[in-house]
Formats: sequence, C-alpha cells, structure tokens
Amino acid sequence: MRSRRKDPHTASRRVSPTRTRTVVAPDPVTEVRVSLRVNGTPITRPVEVRRTLVDFLREDAGLTGTHIGCEHGVCGACTILLDGQPVRSCLLFAVQVDGAEITTVEALGTPDALSPLQEAFADHHALQCGFCTPGFLMTAHALLRDHANPSDEAIRDALGGHLCRCTGYQPIFDAVRAAASRGTE
Amino acid sequence: MKPAPFKYLAPRSRPEALDALRRYGPDAKVLAGGQSLVPLLAMRLARPSVIIDLNRAPDLAFIRSTTIGLTIGAMTRQGAVEADAVVAARAPLLADSLRWAGHPEIRTRGTIGGSLAHADPSAELPAVAAVLGARFVLASTRGERLLDAARFFLGYLSTALQPDELLTQVRWPAQPPDAGWAFLEVARRHGDFALVGVAALVGLDGDGRCAAARLAFTGVGSGPVRVPEAEASMIGKRITDATAAEASRIVAGALDPDSDVHASASYRKHVAGVLAARALTQAARRARSAS
Amino acid sequence: MRTNSKSCCLMGTRWFGERVRRTEDPRLLAGAGTFVDDIQPPRLLHAAFYRSPESHARIARVDTTAAKAVPGVVAVFTAQDLPEHLRGPLPRLIPHPTLIHHKTQVALAGEIVHHVGEPVVMVVAENRYIAEDAVDLVDVEFEPLPAVVDLEDAARAGSPTVHEDLDTNIAAHYTQRVGNVEDAFAQARHIFRERLVMDRGASSPIETRGIVATWDDRTRQLTVWDSTQAPIRIRNFLSLLLKLPQHSVRVIAPDIGGGFGPKIMMCYPEEIMLPHAAMVLGRPVKWIEDRREHFVATNHERLQIFDAQIGVDDDGHILGVRVEFLHDAGAYIAYGLIVPIVSSTTLVGPYRIPNYHAEFKAVFTNKTQVSPYRGAGRPHGVFVMERLMDRVALELRLDRAEIRRRNLIPPDAFPYDTGLIYQDAAPLIYDSGNYSLVLSKTLEMIGYADWPARQVKARLDGRTVGLGLAMYVEGTGIGPYEGCRVTVEPSGRVFVATSVGTQGQGHYTIFAQIVADALGVNVRDITVTTGDTGAFAWGTGTFASRAAVVAGNAVALAARAVREKTLAVAAGLLEAAPDDLDLAGGKVFVRGAPARAVTLGKVATAANPLRGTIPQAWEGPGLEATRYFAPPRGTFAAGCHAAVVEIDRGTGALRIDRYVVVHDCGVVINPMIVEGQIRGGVTQGIGNAFYEALVYDEHGQLLTQTFMDYLLPTIAEVPRVEIGHVETPSPLNPLGVKGAGEAGVIPVPAVIASAIDDALGTRITEMPLSHARLLDLVRGAPGVAAAARAGGRTA
Repeated sequence: MRSRRKDPHTASRRVSPTRTRTVVAPDPVTEVRVSLRVNGTPITRPVEVRRTLVDFLREDAGLTGTHIGCEHGVCGACTILLDGQPVRSCLLFAVQVDGAEITTVEALGTPDALSPLQEAFADHHALQCGFCTPGFLMTAHALLRDHANPSDEAIRDALGGHLCRCTGYQPIFDAVRAAASRGTE
Repeated sequence: MKPAPFKYLAPRSRPEALDALRRYGPDAKVLAGGQSLVPLLAMRLARPSVIIDLNRAPDLAFIRSTTIGLTIGAMTRQGAVEADAVVAARAPLLADSLRWAGHPEIRTRGTIGGSLAHADPSAELPAVAAVLGARFVLASTRGERLLDAARFFLGYLSTALQPDELLTQVRWPAQPPDAGWAFLEVARRHGDFALVGVAALVGLDGDGRCAAARLAFTGVGSGPVRVPEAEASMIGKRITDATAAEASRIVAGALDPDSDVHASASYRKHVAGVLAARALTQAARRARSAS
Repeated sequence: MRTNSKSCCLMGTRWFGERVRRTEDPRLLAGAGTFVDDIQPPRLLHAAFYRSPESHARIARVDTTAAKAVPGVVAVFTAQDLPEHLRGPLPRLIPHPTLIHHKTQVALAGEIVHHVGEPVVMVVAENRYIAEDAVDLVDVEFEPLPAVVDLEDAARAGSPTVHEDLDTNIAAHYTQRVGNVEDAFAQARHIFRERLVMDRGASSPIETRGIVATWDDRTRQLTVWDSTQAPIRIRNFLSLLLKLPQHSVRVIAPDIGGGFGPKIMMCYPEEIMLPHAAMVLGRPVKWIEDRREHFVATNHERLQIFDAQIGVDDDGHILGVRVEFLHDAGAYIAYGLIVPIVSSTTLVGPYRIPNYHAEFKAVFTNKTQVSPYRGAGRPHGVFVMERLMDRVALELRLDRAEIRRRNLIPPDAFPYDTGLIYQDAAPLIYDSGNYSLVLSKTLEMIGYADWPARQVKARLDGRTVGLGLAMYVEGTGIGPYEGCRVTVEPSGRVFVATSVGTQGQGHYTIFAQIVADALGVNVRDITVTTGDTGAFAWGTGTFASRAAVVAGNAVALAARAVREKTLAVAAGLLEAAPDDLDLAGGKVFVRGAPARAVTLGKVATAANPLRGTIPQAWEGPGLEATRYFAPPRGTFAAGCHAAVVEIDRGTGALRIDRYVVVHDCGVVINPMIVEGQIRGGVTQGIGNAFYEALVYDEHGQLLTQTFMDYLLPTIAEVPRVEIGHVETPSPLNPLGVKGAGEAGVIPVPAVIASAIDDALGTRITEMPLSHARLLDLVRGAPGVAAAARAGGRTA
C-alpha cells in the first residue's frame, strides 16, 4: 500500500482498490415493465427504455393535457409533478419513474370544476392559445402548495422557467398572485 | 426529436455504479439529472449504446459536514444544495451561485456532480469549484483519486474522468468566516448559461488590505479560468474603485475567449473585466461587514 | 346601458364591450383541449422527414434501402415515388404583376435543394422513434452548388443564382409613388439619409406545426387535422392537388397553440405529403414537427435592408420620403409580395407625406422561405419612419414629440387617401383616426413633460436611462371576405359556425358576445365552431388582424338576420307585431307584457313545422342565417408606444422600466382580449428588438436551431405593459371595429431604438440588438461614430 501524501492543492491521491468484487451491476436492457401512479391511478406498461415520460403520459396513459413544446428542456410546457416536484417530463424517461407518483394537469380540476388557481387564470386572461398553460399551472400549483404567501420575486422566479408566446406573462403573474392572496391552493 | 436506441441500467448503489462503468464505460453515458444529457440524446448529438442511470443509487446523494468543510455527493440535487442551511453557512458562494443556474425546475433534477462532470464552459459550478479550491473524487473499481479543479477540467466539455471512472463526490473547503465573496453573472436572459460570470473570494488583513484574492471566470475559455496576475495585483492593497479597476484591466488583457452567436470575444473580455471589479468590490464589502 | 357581465336580467345583458371571461378557458385549463398531437386515431402511423443538410445542392443519389429495412417502417417516399401531379411546384398564392419569378416549393425535393431543411424523403413507421431511426439511415449524395446567403450580395448582378433557370435572384421589383419626391428633395432645406436593417426572425409558437391525415377508402373521404390558420383554403388546395371533390375533403384546425402568421401557407410540403401517404397506405398518418425542424421547415420573416431619405423644411415638416429596400424572400416566394408591400405602405404612418417613393426588390436566397409573421412588414415600415423622425428631431434640434405633432394627419382629415395601393390591392385610405389624441395620451401616461428632469437626476445618480417614442398606423380588416352561420336549435341553444380558425385570440368568446346581444341569450349558451370545413366551408383565414373585423361582422350580420327571423316567427306565435317584441333571457316577449313570452327553442320549432305551410318570405325554415362580410378595403388602427429603459454601461444589459401603449382599434368587443393581444405582441416585439436573431453562416447553415440559441423573452425580460385606449370607430363595417392582433409587436424595435438613442446619444439603425451590440454602442464603436457623420445634407 502506498503512503499517503497530503498536498491539498495540487496532487492527486491514490488509495487501495476495493479488494472484493462481489457487487455486480444490473444487466442493460432495452425494455422495462414500469409500474407507477398517475394522478392516483396505477398504471403498468412495458416501455422501450428510450421512451420519454411525456410520450408515455400522452400516449400510454392517454393524458394529453401535458404538451410538448421543444423536447430539449427549455420551454417548460411538458412540466408535471414527480413525487410532488415540478420537472420537465421531456427530460425524463418513463423507466426512470417506475414506482413514482406523477401528477399532471388533469388532476387539478375538470372543465366543470376548476381549481381556484385555474379560476384565477381565467379571471386574469392568463391564457390565450392554452398550449403552455398546463406547464405553468403545475409549477404554480406546487409553488402555492409549498408557500402560503410567496413573494413577487419567488413567483417570477418559478415562472421564469416557462415560455409563453401569447400572453406577455403579466396576466399569468397576476393570476398566481391573486390565487396566492386568496390563500386557497 | 427522439433519442437513438440505447440499452439502460440503473445501479442501486455506488459499488454497482462503479461496476457498471467498469463493464460498459467506453460505450456508456452516465445519466444524472438529465438536464444537459437528455437534450443531447434527443438531438442525437450523443448516441451512447448504454445509459447508466444513477438516480436509483441513494448513496451517491448526500451533504456532509467535515472538519475542513463540506462533502457533497455527486447525485445531490442542485436545489437541495441551494436550500441547505449548512451550505449557506459554510460555503455561501456555492449556494448563491446556484441561483443563476437555470431555473428552479431545472435545479430540482440537475445535480452537482452532473453539472461539474458535463463541464460546460459557461456553467456556474466549475468557476465556483475553482475559486473555493474544491476537490473532486474520481472513483472506479481500480480505486479513487482526488483532483483539484485545475486538473479536473481539461477543456471544452472535457474532464479528467476516464471511461470507467465516476465523479462520486466533491469536497468543498469551508469559506473562512471572515472572507468576502461574490458571484456575478451576465446572461442573455435570466437563467441562461453565462455570457460571462465570475466567482470571487477575498480575505482582508487587520488593516483592511487584501491578503488573499481568488477570481474564477466562466464563459471566457474552455473551462473555468483563473487570472493569477489579477489576483496578485490586489495583494497588500485596499480594494477600492481604483485597485479594482486595475484588476479589471489585467483581467481583460489576460483573457482570450472565443466568439459565438451570443457574444463576441471582445465583449467577453471587456465584461469579464467589468465583473471582476464589481465582484471584488462586493466581496470586499462582505468581508468588511463579516469582520 | 352596460351592466355587469355576470348578471342577467329581463332587461337583457349587454355582452358586447365587456371583459367577458373566455368560454374556451375551462377546457384549455383542464388540459382537455384538442391540439393536433392530441388526435390519436387507431392504427396511427407516424412520419418523419429527411431534410436537406445543404443549403444549395444537386441531389445526385438517394438510397433508402437501409431506411426501408428498419423493422417497423411501413413506407419511404422520395420525389420519384410521387405521382406526376404531385411532383411539381406547389401553388402560387398571391400573384402580383411585378412578381416575375413566382417560384414555389415542392412536396419533396427531387433534383435540387434550395435551403437547409427542405424535405427530401418521408419515412412512415409505427412510431416516431422508429421513423427517426430510419431517417438516420437515409443516404443522400449531394453535389453542392454555390450558396447565396448575404442579401445584398444576392441582389447584385453576377451573383450565383438560387434558381438554376433564372439569371437573377430578383423575384420582383416594385415601386409605388405619390407626388414627385425628386422635385420635393430638390427644394428641401434638409435631407437626411439612413441605412436601416431589420434581421431574420421566427414566430416560434410554443406548439409547432402538425398534421394528422386519415383516408376512408369506402366513403372516399379525406379528413385532415392541421395546425393551420387557413383550414378552408387548405381544403380547397388539397382538393385541387389530390384531385378530390371539395366535399370529399374535410380540414379541421382544432385548438392551435399559437399561429402568428407562418401557420398560414398553402401548402407546406408536409400538408401534401401526409394526406398523400394516408391515401396510399390506407392508415391514418401523423406528423408533428419537432422544434429543430421548426426552425428550418416553418417560414421565417423580417430581413429587409433599407436606404431611406427624408426631406424636411426648417420647421421639420415632411416634404418627401424616399426608400429603396431589399426584401429577403428566402428560397421561394409562394406567399408573394405581401410583406414588402405592407412595409412600404405602412411606412407613411400617421404623417402627411405629400411626396413618397417606395421601391423594393424581393430577392431569393438559399434560406427558409419567408411569409408574414405578426406585423408582416409593418415593423419595418415603422422602424424606418420613426428612426427618420427621430433623426429629423435630432438634426433640427426639435423635440421628438413636437416633430411628430407637426406632421400628424389631423383628426378632421378623414377619410385620408395616402395615394398608395395596400396589400389587398385596394386604395390605402385611412378611414378614421385621431392620431394627435393617441400621441398626447401616450405622452401623458409616460410622463413626457418632466422626463428631462428625471433623466438628469438619474444621470447624477450614475444611471443611464432613456425614453423612446414611436407611432404607427396599422392596416387591418382586409378582405376578401369571411362568413358565418347562426342557428338556434329547438333546444334553445345557439350554434355559431364561422370561417376563420382560432389560435388563441378568443374567437369562441367574442363571436358569442356579438350573438348573445343580438338574440338576448347568455354567452355561455352559445357554442362557436371555428376552423372546421365540415361546419363552414367558405372563407379565407386568420391573419393580418382581420378576424374580429371581417368574421366578427359576418357574425353580426348573421345574428341580426336570425334575430329578425325570430321576431317574425314569434310575432305569429304571440299574435303581436314584430316591432313590439324584445329578446332577452333566451325568450321572445311582448314589450310591456313580459308574461306573453315564448322561448327561443319554441320559436325554432315553430319555424320548422312538420305539416302546414310556411311563408316564402321566411326564405326557408328554422332560425338560421348565413351571411358574409366583404369589406371594401382595410380599416386602419393606430397607436403609440413609449418606453423608459435603463442600460448597464458595463455589460450592455438592457432593462425596460416602463412600457406604455395607447391603442385605437375602434370599437372593442372584449377589452380583456384586446389587451391580451397587445401584451403578447409587445413581448414578441421585445424579442425582435433584443433577443431573437436567426443567424446563418456563409454556407447557409442556420446556427440558431434550438431554444438555447434562439432566445424567446421570458417573464424576467418583459415589463408590465400599461395600456390606454382611444376609440375612433370604423365607418367601414357595421360594428365599427378595427383589428388588434398585431398592434403590440409593430413599433417595439422603433421604441427601443429611440429610448437607447435618448440614453446614449447614439443613432441606432439595426435590429435586433443584443448585450454585445449595446456594449459596442456604449463604448462608441467606430461604426456608430461614422454613421453620425455621414448621410445628410443641409442646404
């Protein structure tokens, strides 16, 4: 075994290699059977490992409310909640969410029974074409769930990861601000 | 924009991950937060035959206090580091720099190790690692080695990681409690990669003169860039508009960045100088109020 | 009398003019919209395209053997596989006498590719993943030809040509003149000249394009879902090109995730290939454009280079304006000369310009084709004119607002004939407006009077701030026509079918508001259908800020006709005269005796009896009417924007501290929706001014093909827009409305340039800017100083 030199700024340091090799990585596969819950409903499907979560949700789970805007993680239209946290579903593979809890826009409300946040969006004209809207809703929903009275800056920060081409953003901010002030999310 | 076909495995622990890299390393890409890798897969700019997903290995994500500072597991989410009270206390520069890294949603998945191993020349963390003297643990079934930032970052999107090696943790020395620090960045839009960014750390002596100064830049080279002459120019002097301006001139003169669609080389040089002066001034203010 | 939009009483609720919440919102909010990608018929196949990586090349060899062999691939199409009638150039949309070389795109390139991204091969497979795997294996050998990229180079004699059968890249050369600008300049005391450039941009809706085509061989019906702004015209072209009767083709534009112009094209190659594939393969086929494809496959706009001159007297009165410009058409020019014509006719703006010369050349380049994108040439015209006005103010040491005031067309001068011909081939006559009021309101809102003092104070605080101003007149509501059918069913529910499609503008609601007032029903009891040729099949499309004007008035005419029919039929039921009847709360009742009433549903039933007779005067049974509105010419909206900006001199960062819009779009159907249009437009304008640039290299490769490089503004980059209204009704349509869809975007580059000049003492003549460009200006880059010296004379 080599002696250890201590030179915190420049040198690299070697330690002895692991002696046993009883740990073996799983075999690589091309298909996996995933089981997860989407909006509380269990779903089990075989999926190709490269199948993105957003495609799984839209086609395998039949939930088309989550939209694809760019497929490279910039526009935020595909945002869903993974175990309660907003994430871009175009940057996840379905295999990665085996055993997880996914929440999509369909869980927030129905056309006849919108959530208070959704009502606020309608009140403030915070959507026009509606394509980016589900993504914004999921992020805003998580924000208001975790912060009873978020600052203006916190709202802007959260919304900053979403692109909208129609509204000019201020109505969306106003809707989230109003929903927060109502304290009912 | 669908990825090309690949095989997939998700090791359940650090030893399994190292074994996976031993077997498949040269043909594989490691999937950490996915915020950088998955777009490359979607655009088919990366076509690995194997993806090793580290998100099922809980022993790779942790934040530990140590005698010298912090050790952060490579799979620790950026959002977790940004929000951690111990990080805020012992390495506030690290916590603060993360506010500039993308958006909250990206930091929910993006990892410390993933960003560092990806080594984007416009990313925030490499510059912070360089300034704070972070050390990188590169592990494989052959053993571990410890590198500093200068030896870890080799060039554009390129690090010292061998095909069978994994960055498993990063060790951050705690910032001296009376040190001043600042992280400043100019980006085209809030959350974008930096056009130019700087991480600064300064120490003042009893007379308020600069006893130590470190500056690391992002967006101006193929990796994080230090400018030793600028750092040396501050030693023994008070940090004033004039001395900061001198450092600014040295920085602008020393750098040799590239141009791209977002900014020219001359822009990056000039703005690096501007940010250097502002960062030194801000850091000095923090140091004075800390002492 | 206007009442709360949510109340409904026997007196009747006035919906028109109210901020009515949108009918379409609940399903969009709940994720229950139907966008093209949400259409998932059984046995669906998926298409992907091999697109040219070359900007200009001969196709030497295409080998699809490996692609065809990929498991799950069902078919691979090349140009050779297409029937003869689908191989040629696709339709010429808007001819013009000066458009000599009206080149158009093809369904699949067979011999030559003319821009990066042009489709060469279509793969159809069981899913998109497999289709892309197969596209990867398509092997094409190209023989590169000279790439024509720079606009000015392309316009020069002797340039390599984009089209091999032409000896020029000039597709059209068109001049419009009013008066005699040469004489005017000979006498002008001052002439100032500028070179101005606005560079390429992309509309980038968050939803890319997409098509689903299904063919039923037994009924010989083709059904196409298409993210198009013009479903009826697509239907007509598909019928023509695929040799099907019009009634065998149904095109549905369902929910569309933003249009902004480039989603109106008849036809994109994919719009032919998908239906063709569905017919050949006997299974539904879907293509959803991915974002990288979108940057090269969906039309661009915005690049024009101007040489502009203005002649004025000592008091700054405009004697003449002369512009010559180059318009970058891209590789084809299917849409014709609309954009440059709009540029040249919008340029004159709200000013009296007695002598005007606008001359342009539309030029081919080896880049993606150009067609209108929100603004459609108006931003260019406004940028040029407003920069000239600021230049005159600077040179003559006159206030910028004053110089405009002196030249405005006065409120009593309408209708005002500019002497020009507009994009609809009709005379450009401003029908109504009050430009002085628009200007003064803007100045008041932005605090123009005490701006100099505020600026001085800011400078003393070490801050670099500037205020900018820009005015515009916007041609809207052009023809040829749109239509509407209103039907009251026996249930009492009202159904409205219109010819225009919707991409977020609130048509489902504003058209319902019009009908609700006419028939006395609640807006929520009205169902509006747009964009389905199966429901309504005569129309043009949603573009050029015309849907509210043209379709809205067709809706009003149809609703009024149904109202009159209702009263006539109800008169019989209630044994009263039609004049004594009113409509409210879904009922017809005798005025003064509300108990004598009958529901609309009953009237509808009575209008379609099983037996007996009906008067010929009814012109048919039921409570239904179809009407068209064909405006004689466009109606002109106007506005003024003002902005206060702050510049970081060290980094070139730009912050917009205040942004004011005063807008006149005549009578307003729903103020909430108009304001939404303005906010969205301003945001796209900010993108055009500072963030969005399509960058081509010298080989014609597009370097900005993702959202990481083509930068759309986020919430952080956009200020809160303050909006004021002026209302000069249009005399050209019964509702008095003018269009509002593009107003937000039009003057933004001009305003931002004006504000930065005020802050830095520069003279900005190019858009878009950026951090780097702004820093160059701050540091006094040589180019700026030179521009300040050159280009002007004072007699």
